[in-house]
Parts: sequence; structure tokens; C-alpha cells
Amino acid sequence: MTLTSLKTSAAIAGILIPLASSGVAWAQDAVNLRMTTWSANEAHMAMLNEIAAGFKETHPNVTVSFEPLPFDSYTTTLTTQIAGGNPPDLAWILETTAADFVNSGALAPLTEAFTATEGYDIADVTEKATALWTRDGQLYAYPFSTSPFAIFVNNDLVTAAGARTPAELIAAGEWNWENAFATAKAVADGGSADGLIVRDFNYQTWQNLASIWNGWGATPWSEDGKTCAFTDQPMVDAMTRIHQAIFTDGAMPGPGEDIDFFAGNAAMTITQISRASLLPTEDAFDWDLVPLPEGPVGPYAVVGQAGVGAFANRPNTDIAVEFLAYMTNPENSRKLAQYFPPARASLLNAETLAETNPLLSAEQLENVVISGISTGTVLPGHTNFAQIQQTVRAGLDAMWVPDADVPAVLQSVCDSINPLLAR
Amino acid sequence: MSLAAEPQDRRPFWTVARRDAAAGYLFIAPQLLGIITFVLVPLGLVFWYSLHEWNVLANSFNFVGAANYQMLLADRSLPAVLGATAIFSAGLVVFNMGLALLLAVLLDQKLKGIVVFRTLFFSPVVVSLVAWTIVWRFLLQNNGGINGLLDMIGVEGPNWLRTPTTAMISVIVVQVFKNVGLNMILFLAALQGVPKELYEAARVDGAGRFKQFRRITLPLISPTILLTSIITIVGSLQVFAQIAVLTQGGPGMSTTVLVYYLYQQAFQFHFFGYGATLSILLFVIVAVLTFAQWQLRKRVVFYEN
Repeated sequence: MTLTSLKTSAAIAGILIPLASSGVAWAQDAVNLRMTTWSANEAHMAMLNEIAAGFKETHPNVTVSFEPLPFDSYTTTLTTQIAGGNPPDLAWILETTAADFVNSGALAPLTEAFTATEGYDIADVTEKATALWTRDGQLYAYPFSTSPFAIFVNNDLVTAAGARTPAELIAAGEWNWENAFATAKAVADGGSADGLIVRDFNYQTWQNLASIWNGWGATPWSEDGKTCAFTDQPMVDAMTRIHQAIFTDGAMPGPGEDIDFFAGNAAMTITQISRASLLPTEDAFDWDLVPLPEGPVGPYAVVGQAGVGAFANRPNTDIAVEFLAYMTNPENSRKLAQYFPPARASLLNAETLAETNPLLSAEQLENVVISGISTGTVLPGHTNFAQIQQTVRAGLDAMWVPDADVPAVLQSVCDSINPLLAR
Repeated sequence: MSLAAEPQDRRPFWTVARRDAAAGYLFIAPQLLGIITFVLVPLGLVFWYSLHEWNVLANSFNFVGAANYQMLLADRSLPAVLGATAIFSAGLVVFNMGLALLLAVLLDQKLKGIVVFRTLFFSPVVVSLVAWTIVWRFLLQNNGGINGLLDMIGVEGPNWLRTPTTAMISVIVVQVFKNVGLNMILFLAALQGVPKELYEAARVDGAGRFKQFRRITLPLISPTILLTSIITIVGSLQVFAQIAVLTQGGPGMSTTVLVYYLYQQAFQFHFFGYGATLSILLFVIVAVLTFAQWQLRKRVVFYEN
């Protein structure tokens, strides 16, 4: 070896060795946790980062970062990350895929860690909220958001059409689906705006129709998830009425039409209360938030849920579970409640919610949020939901035409999903 | 050891032939390395995955032998998927090649400003595919631009993306308009390579425009027609973004082509093993089609160098 190359080697070693050793020391101490979310909302991120900063006070070596993924392809992106060997440490999970995640063994059990955390008060978390996320008495994800479906109303459009507003109908005790469709039809008949939109349904996400068909007592499958119930009478009646509202009355915009309620283009929309943030501040219209109308089976409520879980068998699973216990403790749950209706009974009162939801009136909170959460049924979900969802979607496409034979379409839906449900 | 052998052993290792060979290998090394890393290894892995049941969530990866291939044979959705794929490919190839050839012939003129038209027809090729498709989705909506235009002349347009037939036509047309410029340029180059004397001779012999096209142009550009048809068919079998953006495979299964179905199985339903099996099927279909076309060239392609 020549002198020059010796010198070079020494120089390189001189640079690399200290770097390497410092790197090793750094890797031993520091823990980086990553949580995937489907919200990139600045306010949501600020709140989550604040919680992470609070955790860092007691765990100076732990940094939690939040990675927002697009909502439409959220679960697909998440599973692709897992398949690629790069799963996050923690992840938000949609109610529809809860069964897949909870049953798969991919998530770390939480009950013990939560019970052992001082001041956590796990008894405060309602059983109704955790049911979907529990297997064999063990909690696998924490339902950080239990958000009722409700109807936002554009009173300006309704009044201009000479129809009765939902508030008037509620006062008269006549807030039911027939009158709701009538109001929607009146606005749509005017021609300048549409009637009622089931937000995010788009003739694809059919499970959002549960916000209507639950009023008929309809469910897509039996309680145990083994048998298709699309052909049961309540579902046939509900779908027939929805079909009529779309194609006969014109009370709901048809397939292939992009209409935005929050841009002032429709009388009413069914969605979750967190969408209040979309209400326009400029060119604002007179809006209201009302509970879902009564169906033939009486009053009912539907909620959407979001859970957050920690992945099992990861290098930092324990610390991730610890962070989850911190993130959902009573104090931080109150922070989360600003945007995500809480699962803790102690926070489910108009006072607490009013503090954190300045946009909504006490009456709206009481009638929509609190009563919705305490009585609501969660959107339908199932193991292997993605495949069932797609199969039903493909089947229902035949129904979204004016002269569809509704019972026959529903029969074909059952024919195609029964083998999947029985698995 | 004899002394005479010594000088022979000292003959330089780097003979001209070896040096040339080494240089050659060095030149192809980057490409070869790329192909091995990004094509051959993944191809092998896909085959390996297709022999497994791979549940990402449960973190299970079990060897199942030919089970995925048996599932392929028993898959009740597969005939519809293959049917949609065939209709899409056939429609695309016929429409794309026909339009590309027509445009190329029209643009093969010595006119002032012809370059502007050539650029205009080629420009969609360089536009981002997804951006292009999203704009078309807006146009094709029931209350979108195309039906708005039809409405102005008193025609009630169909709900393009929500009726099986029009959905398929829409997906094909959107794809053709996007890529027709590429084939057009290839045809144009081929047309300009046809010796002008041949046309003169044909005219002298009394051949009309159509006969000239049929007897001179077509045979002389047939190698290009073969090339573009291979590229177009292979490309048509791999269509994905347009389906994902425009129809998500619907209505029903009418536009669920093989690649989209594969995506659903692997990435939406988490059946990665079965998804890999479907991509092997796609690979076999593409390979067979390309081989068949290559064989066909002996019968239909003239004047190949």
C-alpha cells in the first residue's frame, strides 16, 4: 500500500468511525414512532403534535410523527406499507375494516396497558363504542372518534322553494323521511339547486346509505354476518323508496353528478358533524344541523367510527402502546373531542362538547351529537369488507338506472355475496 | 519449464479481442443491471408469490402450491374480466391504429404550418395521464361538458360513465385520444420513408390514389404497422389509471379489465398471492399475443430488412 492510499484510508476512517459510533448511540436511545392518519387538516395535525409534544416531556427520547394518507385509498396504502415491510407503528383504522384489523392479529392488545396506566379510567370508555374494536374481551384499537350522521340544511334554498324547513318539521313533530324527501323534491323542482345528497356515497360507497335504510330497520347482512339480508323486506322497501326518491321524485341527484352541498348547491346533505368545518365563511348561507328523520320504524341514529391501534411485533410496540394510552387518557381525550366526538361517558355532555365545538348550538349538540352517540348503530362492516364492498357495489350498479327492478337487483346482490359472507 | 515458453506466458492479458469484449460488457452493464434488478428479479418473485397464500394483515406467508392457480380456473368473475379486457384491447387497437394512420396520411403533406398541426395532435402524449383522465371525467359526467354541449343542440346525451356500453366506449376513446399521437408520429416517419419515385411510376401506370395507398404505402409501412400494433396491444392490456379514475371497473364489472382486477385482488382485498397469480396470467397472455404477432410478420410484413 502506498503512502498516499494509507493517508486516504486513515482520513476516511477518521471521518467514518466517530460518525458510526455516534449513529449507534443515537439509534439506541431515540425512538421514532410513526402514526398514519387520513386527515391532513392543519388544526387536527396541530392538536396531534401538541399531544406528541406532551408525551415527549416524560419520554424525551420518543418522537411521534404523523403521516396523513389520502382518505380514498387509505386502507390500500396502509396495507401496501405493511406488505412492503415498512408498517407504521400506529394507525387510524376505519370502522368498515375494523373486523379485518382486529381479527388478523396485526394489532397489539391494549386492555392491560390501559388498565395499568395511572388515571386512565378505562371504565369511562363506553362499551357501545368499543364493541367493534374488541375481540375476546381484549381491546385492539381505541375508538377515538364516534361521529353521528346528521343532516346539514341550507335553509335559504328550502325557504326560497316555499318548502317547510326541517326545523319547522321537527317543531311540528313531522320530521320523517316522507317529509324530508318532499322538502328535497321541492328544492330540486325549482331547478337551480339539488335536493338531498348522501355525502361520499357517489353511487359507490353504498354503506353510507345505512344513514337512510336504518330508518326502515334494514341491514345488509344478519347479525352474525353469515347471511345476506339485502332481500329482506325492510331493505327492499328502503331501497325502493331511495330509488323512487332519485329517479321518480328527483329529490336526490342521480349517478354521475357531482354536486356539493357546502358550495350551496343542494338543500340538504347527510354527513358527519366533523364536516361542519366545510361550511363557507364567505357567501355563507343560513344553515342548520338536524338529526336524521324518523323512518317507518321510528327514530334512529347511525354513527361512523374511527379507531387507532398499535401494530404488534414491531421493535417499538410497547412504547407505541404507551403513547396510545397517553393520547387517549381523560385529559387528551378532551382535546381530541374538539374534532372527534369522544367515547368517554364523562365527556359526553353538552357542556364539554360546547367548549370544543363553537360552531354548533347547545340544542344541536344535545339532539344530534349526544343522542346520536348514545343510541346510534355503527355503519355496517364485515371481515374481508373490501371484497364484499366491491361485489355489492358491482351488483347495485344495476339498480341506479330509472327502470331498475329493485327486488331482482337485490336478489342478485345476495347471490353474489352469500359465498363471501359464509366464509 | 523451457526458457522458450517464458515470452509466450508474458503475452499481455488484454488482447484486442478481450479489450473489445470488456468494453462491450461495460457498456451494456448499466442496462443489464437495471433489467436484472427491476425486471427479472421481480418477475421471479411474482411467480414465487403466486405459489403462496400471503395475508399481509395477519403476517402469514404460506406455501400453497398450485392452489392459487386452481382458484384462477374456478374464479367466477374471471370470464367477465377477460371479456372486458378483450373488448377494450380490440376496440383500442382498431380505433387507435385507424385514427393514427388517417392522421398520419393527412399530416404527410407539404403545407405551410403543418408542423403546428403535428405538434397539436402529438401534445396529449406528453400530458400527465391522470390529469388528462380527470379532466375527461368531468366532461363525461352526466351533468358534465359533453352532455352540456349535446343539450345545446337539443340532444339528450347518455350517462356516459354509468351505462355499461358507453362506459367502455368512453374509456377507449379517452385512451385513444391520449396516445394516438405516438402511433401517428411513427406512421408519419414511415410514410416519409416511402420513396416518392414509386408513386410516380404507379401514376404513370395509371394507378389511382387508393390503389397507390393499398399497393405501395401499406406494404412499405407494414413493419411499422406491426411494431405499433404490438406496442398498442401490450399497452392496452396494461391499462389501469383510466379505469381507476373514470369507472373503478363499473358499472357492474363492465370495465373491470385484468390489470384493474389484479389491483383489486392484491391491494384492495389483500390477496397478494392470488394477485400475483393473475399477473402471471397477464404475462402469459401478453407473451402469447406478441409471439403470435411476431410469427404473423412472415406472412404480412413485406420488405423487412
